[in-house]
Amino acid sequence: MPRPLSRRRRARLVRGAQYGVLVAALAALALAADWRRLGSAFFDVSVATALFPDIVTTALVNTVRYTLLGFGFGLALGLVLALMRLSSVPPYRWLAVTYIEFFRGIPALLVFIALGFGVPLAFQVALDQGVTVMLSLGLVGAAYMAETIRAGIRAVPKGQTEAARSLGMSQGRAMVSIVVPQAFRIVLPPLANELILLTKDSSLVYLLGLSLSQFELANFGRDALNEHKSLTPVLVAGLLYLVITLPLGQLVRRLEARTAKAR
Amino acid sequence: MTGGGDGNGENAIEVRGLRKAFGALEVLRGIDFSVARGEVVCVIGPSGSGKSTLLRCVNLLEEPTAGRVTVAGTEVTDPEVDIDRVRRRIGMVFQSFNLFPHLTALENLTIAQRRVLRRDRPTAARIARDQLARVGLGDKEAAYPAQLSGGQQQRVAIARALAMDPELMLFDEPTSALDPELVGDVLAVMRALARDGMTMLVVTHEMGFAREVADRVVFMDGGLVVEEGTPRQVVGAPRHERTRAFLSRVLDPAAAEVDGTGGTDAADGTDGTGPTTGRRT
Repeated sequence: MPRPLSRRRRARLVRGAQYGVLVAALAALALAADWRRLGSAFFDVSVATALFPDIVTTALVNTVRYTLLGFGFGLALGLVLALMRLSSVPPYRWLAVTYIEFFRGIPALLVFIALGFGVPLAFQVALDQGVTVMLSLGLVGAAYMAETIRAGIRAVPKGQTEAARSLGMSQGRAMVSIVVPQAFRIVLPPLANELILLTKDSSLVYLLGLSLSQFELANFGRDALNEHKSLTPVLVAGLLYLVITLPLGQLVRRLEARTAKAR
Repeated sequence: MTGGGDGNGENAIEVRGLRKAFGALEVLRGIDFSVARGEVVCVIGPSGSGKSTLLRCVNLLEEPTAGRVTVAGTEVTDPEVDIDRVRRRIGMVFQSFNLFPHLTALENLTIAQRRVLRRDRPTAARIARDQLARVGLGDKEAAYPAQLSGGQQQRVAIARALAMDPELMLFDEPTSALDPELVGDVLAVMRALARDGMTMLVVTHEMGFAREVADRVVFMDGGLVVEEGTPRQVVGAPRHERTRAFLSRVLDPAAAEVDGTGGTDAADGTDGTGPTTGRRT
């Protein structure tokens, strides 16, 4: 005697059907793929071992170095831009808005090309490679970080500024000692996110025309790909990116949990 | 009106013709009043009567639309005045405490001493510890605000203001955000402060406190001072109908009844129990 399905039973059936479709699709893909050719292209152990230790000592280290350079510069510039954006002086605000809209609106790739080739042409100076990397990654990152930091500053209750001003602090002093430290606590998770994005964007430095010792992960992998006639370096480079970004993602989650608890 | 206020040197606060509008909304419509040195003045009145705005005009957290405010001989409404300098001499306590959550209790007390008064670290810490002990929280110097109860936070906030050696203290409904059982400790600290001769301007709903501690009570309504006088006069035997209506709403119905017949009796009889919890209107 067929009884009408209870709501819970029906929900379970629907979910079961969804899983079934997903598994079937994955199985079809797995069957259709040529695993032997994939295996020889991506999982060549001898090629993989040949990449070490250089892929770590040079490429991984360079990726981290470029990222931190760009992040440090971008964070400092981003803070300045955020403060300008919130300033009571209109030209500061216009300047900050223009900057942010510009660098947020164009691809990072173009910034790299412009800096890598335009600056030496314009000013007849050959910038140090590290400086160019720092500038190009930082200029773009700053635009995003400025908006993040601005949101953080605005999230600090007005009473904090009032309390600081009541104690005789100037507007600037209250900002530096009271508001900005609290703002950074608030925006720590999104800033860590920005660090992950920058880690990947650092691969764009290949546009600057680097020498072998300056290669970072993506570029190193691409170079090795040509040398070994194998896709294995791409896989290894990708895994090494994850070695950097997964712990950062973990950090973001922990920071978010901490913020949620504190509020 | 300004001619009458020639005792500027005497008074801690001198307010003349003070007006404040937020857009079209006129919150203060011409306030004249003063607080003498060492005097404790409580400002009472219904919500929206402009009490808090008046207080905030004294240390220029709100910019007056018109009028003159003089604090300890310095006209704060003078555009040339260095307001940061004036504010150092005025302690302010907020309804919502506004402790700095990223700093410990001790650091809350030392940061302005160091950054504003340029006291060195040991001196600032010593003064901070003295003030924390004074509000009964000597053992909490390492605690962060989030680890303290509301009453403790407000006492730290009072200590933070006191650490700057202010000449007068402003209190903006200091107990309104507190659970009833935590109000007593904060009021005890304020009572002790008044006894030590601190000049205090207190916006409050604590009628018990006003009656017991205030030298003078100011009743405000609709952006004007309706009446002022000793607590016995204003709370005990109000002359104006609006004051009477407000008081009967704020005080316990029973207490209000007693008030109607004999002011002093009511004051003594209710201080220990009823109105100390205060009631927000």
